Amino acid sequence: MQKISVLLFLAWVSFLFYAGIALFTSGFLLTRWELTNHSSCQEPPGPGALPWGGRGEPGACWMASRFSRLVLVVIDALRFDFAQPQRSPVSGEPPVSLPFLGKMGFLQRLLESQPHHARLYQAKADPPTTTMQRLKALTTGSLPTFVDAGSNFASSAIVEDNLIKQLSSTVDSDEWDVLITHFLGVDHCGHKHDPYHPEMAKKLTQMDKMIQGLVKRLKNDTLLVVTGDHGMTISGNHGGESELETSAALFLYSPRALFPSAPAEEPEIIPQISLVPTLALLLGLPIPFGNIGEVIAEVFSEIEDSQPRFSALAQASALHLNAQQVSRFLHTYSATAQDLQVQELHRLQKLFSKASADYQRLLQSPQGAEAVLQTVIPELQQFLRGVRAMCIESWARFSLVRMAGGAALLAATCFLCLLVSQWATSPAFYFGPLLKPTASGLSGAMVCAGLLASTGLKLDSMVLGAMAAVGSLLPFLWKAWASWGSKRPLASLLPMPGPVLLLLLIRFAGFFSDSYIITEARVAPFLLISLILLLVARLHWEGKLLPPKLLSIPRLGFLTPAGPPQYSAMHAVGLGVGLLLCIRLAGLFYRCHEETPVCSSSPLLSPLRSTVDGRTKNLWYGACVGALVALLASVRLWLHCYGNLKSPEPPVLFVRWGLPLMGLGTAAYWALASGADEAPPRLRALVSGASVMLPRAVAGLAASGLMLLLWRPVTVLVKATTGAPRTRTVLTPFSGPPTSQADLDYVVPQIYRHIQEEFRGRLERTKSQGLLTVAAYQLGSVYSAAVVMALTLLAFPLLLLHAERISLVFLLLFLQSFLLLHLLAAGIPITTPGPFTVPWHAVFAWALMATQTFYTTGHQPVFSAIQWHAAFVGVSESRDFTWLSAFLVGANTFASHILFAALPFSEAVGCPLLLLWPFLCENQGSQKRRQPPGNEAEARVRPEEEQEPRMEMRLRDAPHHFSAALLQLGLKYLFVLGIQILACVLAASILRRHLLVWKVFAPKFIFEAMGFIVSSVGLCLGIALVMRVDGAVSSWFRQLVLTQQKAGEQSSLVCTGAGLSARKAQPHLLPPCSQDLLASGTSLFYNSRS
Amino acid sequence: MKDTDIKKLLYTHLLCIFSIILSIFIPSFFLENFSILETHLTWLCICSVSVTAVNLVLYLVVKPNVSSKRSSLSYKVTRFLKCCIYFLTSCFFFHVIFVLYGAPLIELALETFSLAVILSTFTTIPCLCLLGPNFKAWLRIFSRNGVTSIWENSLQITTISSFVGIWLGAFPIPLDWGRPWQMAIEGKHSISLCTRHGAWHCHTSNLILVTIVQGRFHPHFYT
Repeated sequence: MQKISVLLFLAWVSFLFYAGIALFTSGFLLTRWELTNHSSCQEPPGPGALPWGGRGEPGACWMASRFSRLVLVVIDALRFDFAQPQRSPVSGEPPVSLPFLGKMGFLQRLLESQPHHARLYQAKADPPTTTMQRLKALTTGSLPTFVDAGSNFASSAIVEDNLIKQLSSTVDSDEWDVLITHFLGVDHCGHKHDPYHPEMAKKLTQMDKMIQGLVKRLKNDTLLVVTGDHGMTISGNHGGESELETSAALFLYSPRALFPSAPAEEPEIIPQISLVPTLALLLGLPIPFGNIGEVIAEVFSEIEDSQPRFSALAQASALHLNAQQVSRFLHTYSATAQDLQVQELHRLQKLFSKASADYQRLLQSPQGAEAVLQTVIPELQQFLRGVRAMCIESWARFSLVRMAGGAALLAATCFLCLLVSQWATSPAFYFGPLLKPTASGLSGAMVCAGLLASTGLKLDSMVLGAMAAVGSLLPFLWKAWASWGSKRPLASLLPMPGPVLLLLLIRFAGFFSDSYIITEARVAPFLLISLILLLVARLHWEGKLLPPKLLSIPRLGFLTPAGPPQYSAMHAVGLGVGLLLCIRLAGLFYRCHEETPVCSSSPLLSPLRSTVDGRTKNLWYGACVGALVALLASVRLWLHCYGNLKSPEPPVLFVRWGLPLMGLGTAAYWALASGADEAPPRLRALVSGASVMLPRAVAGLAASGLMLLLWRPVTVLVKATTGAPRTRTVLTPFSGPPTSQADLDYVVPQIYRHIQEEFRGRLERTKSQGLLTVAAYQLGSVYSAAVVMALTLLAFPLLLLHAERISLVFLLLFLQSFLLLHLLAAGIPITTPGPFTVPWHAVFAWALMATQTFYTTGHQPVFSAIQWHAAFVGVSESRDFTWLSAFLVGANTFASHILFAALPFSEAVGCPLLLLWPFLCENQGSQKRRQPPGNEAEARVRPEEEQEPRMEMRLRDAPHHFSAALLQLGLKYLFVLGIQILACVLAASILRRHLLVWKVFAPKFIFEAMGFIVSSVGLCLGIALVMRVDGAVSSWFRQLVLTQQKAGEQSSLVCTGAGLSARKAQPHLLPPCSQDLLASGTSLFYNSRS
Repeated sequence: MKDTDIKKLLYTHLLCIFSIILSIFIPSFFLENFSILETHLTWLCICSVSVTAVNLVLYLVVKPNVSSKRSSLSYKVTRFLKCCIYFLTSCFFFHVIFVLYGAPLIELALETFSLAVILSTFTTIPCLCLLGPNFKAWLRIFSRNGVTSIWENSLQITTISSFVGIWLGAFPIPLDWGRPWQMAIEGKHSISLCTRHGAWHCHTSNLILVTIVQGRFHPHFYT
């Protein structure tokens, strides 16, 4: 029951995190679906005759073209006031003189001298005002957002219908029709200095001259468009939605008269995307399918016809075409995605059909429809503007409330993790109070949501989830607040030791700096190495590394060290150095972040296929297979060491035979994949078939292995013997007088034990009855063995998804986690009965290592670094993007997260190992007489009467503390990850105007969030696995007792009840085990006396 | 006894700081184009030599540790040689640590090594002066409750703060501010130049701090 509640509680905390992430995401990441439909000349956007009978005529499409050429000059970051004409100063006002004002003199002269030819507009760009998004808007006429969800998120080309595509598909002649130039100087100048710098004036003057030169060469049939894609702030940056960033200049000029009237005093404000339909119709092209811009009506007036009615009619027809196209888009879009508001959509459709009917009426009775004409144009404009407003509302606006809410929820959850993990360390910790407020809050939130839904209030699922989360969180925090009292100081909330806190803070702060995110691949190992050195140094500082002799000071005898050292100095230092080496070597596998200026990715990351030289290829292949073999061998060796390999259980059989088979499959797959090009043509089909089947086979084997493991997780060898086994305590040879307390501690119990055995032996000989003994081997490492097996099984399919040489990284990863666990275990005292603690530095080191492995497996938190090829492993043909391939790519990207959560319970699966390891290490301590690096939970000074290594059975003996420790571990890991997410979220929201927000911070947030989700799921699965093992062990004990009872013995139950401490049964226990049993690993005897 | 020790400590620390500051300004009179940033290797050499010299002189003058019983020439020579070996070993040890920390193995090896040398002058040389080539004594100093005198205490604090300083010095490396002291390492991932500055800043400021702190807390020490 407790175990279930631990799992439930962790799941609930994860849910809180997810709700926070989702709420923040819905406010921050603007999303929109991309449609791939295209407009074409042959398909008019709606029913009704096309004006001017445009259909069929060459060069004319929906509308006859009015310009045959276009010169489009995009000046990056040309803010509106850069191009604004300088009015002569009004009397009384002092003339303003800023470096960027009035520098585009030529434009001003054109506007004044040719009012019917030139026009300046203030174009309002939609946020995000970053160049990529703006250029996309300027060609598609839509509202590009950060994530344009579609067939592919990492596209380098625009897949939506756009002007350029229309141009290239419609027109093909040798002469140029369109000239597009993009000047980056102004933008660069703004970033480097700011708009108030004299350089800006120079740059603008330069641009002005360029335009002057251009205008001189313009022919009569050419339209000149000068536009900025966005503005800039006072400091010269852009990306956000402030007035200065969104206002860009838009300047139209044609050598022919284009405008019927002189410009207004103040230039008109139009949306930037109006340019797209306008240009399309002016050039005689179909308007791009996804455009939601509104044509600039005045350029469609008929200048030659002096009759205002014709002018208005022409404007109406352009607007109507535009409206038809927008309506068609809305129809298609709302059929694909549901993110537009339904009511608003209906209202707009009604508006459109009314306007359309009016327009038809106008066409049928051309005479005397003056009044109708007056209403049609505003109606159409109203429709177009309504659509735009609706789209902006749902696609292109940061919702600050949601962002803040998400961040607050995340922060509160982190706090909760801290609080509860703190409670869980106290001995008097009960689960009841944890679940009650949670359950009540959750149900309350459900009821609330139900009520709201029944009243017809439409609520986002995000908001609903967040409400549920807050609803369940609040009672909890309130209870915590109430029980807080005044006695506990606030300092107890910061349970972390100072150095770890400092490192965590550095990591937290690092997320706010783009440089640190870009170089995180180097920063994470740096912090990890620092943490490791710190650990070793601290062990030394506390006098745990050196024998007391060295530390005692001859002159001043009163300074005695706290206790005998437990670990040999060389051992700990060796572990540390090994770790540093591993980290450094793994650092060789380095992929560059796309923003790093001078950098080359490591060639080791490319697949072997791309290696040209045959010999090198073979050598590398050998190395990879070697790594594979080493990986397998080390896992087997580990299991052998702890004796779990002797068990007859199916999972162990699988490890013995299935794992090598999987290794073989992997190696064969690599051989095929790297040498596929060299295969003789006859064998091509076979090779391609095999390279599809092999990964599937490996994945299938891994899955079946996991199933087996879940079915029979107890890998224990049981031997039942009747009669007293003639066991003898192993006496380690020991010569010379004991020199230290430690020696005495060791020798005296042995002597005692020996004597005890002698006596008992004599007693037994006098009795006729023998003892029934059941020997169970490997019980001590039963939890870890299951987790390690699961990890190994997971590692193989993940390995297949990476390039071959990453196998070396995987080997390093396993080695590194092994060393780290040992080192961590060295520093953790094991309190035998009491609450087990998982120290913060262990959890933090684990999380850092997960991050480091993410980078060393060749990933970077940018979309361009996603390894898409993983989607084709084991998939027969390159099909479209499916869920399967998404899954494969995801598994490739977050492999490190998956593996690490499970290890003690790794990144996803590794974390549990953090808890279990110290117990394992205890074994070594007693066996080899080396001071053991304790497993996380167990190692300290073993009480003298405890004779055999109990290892993980200690955990079982205190089930309550075991669950508390599991909970603690899970919460601490979630806290460390949650802090990272929180930092990402805060950075993204504070720096949402930052130049690199869409390049660095937002992708980092997305990757971190995905990684968090994967990690938390893995964590829960890992803990579930440990619980499954625990349950299986319990039932195994029960069975054991039952069989003994059936055998007719009136056995008193020893050591089976979970609450019964093994030590109480000590008098009935036989002395430990014979030498060969010990050698085969952990052994425990549970026997019952007849 | 107490007061004289504190005074001596103060003067030695002041002298050390003074020598570091002098090593910045004096060479510019003798050498053409000398500046900390551009000819940093030269400066480092000068700095480490001057610090070593000052330490040695102070050691000979102040004699903080109990003089050993033996004073034969051969004993002194072996002791000196041992010291040299210890110093070199520590240089190589630090070099290895830097490489493990991420410094490039081959390129910039000279820079990395000079960093190791300067770190050694800040840490190993005071240890050698105070404790002699006795590794066990060093280990004792750097454990809890291992310190027995004010001199050892100051040694402990200055050495640890030198390590911390050199560690802190690595933090500006990833930043893209384009400052001249960053430009000196332009794009190369090396924990050399920045960290060097970090080390001596910290060392210097801590020399001062230590004196003050110790002056204040000294009375507690022997109680």
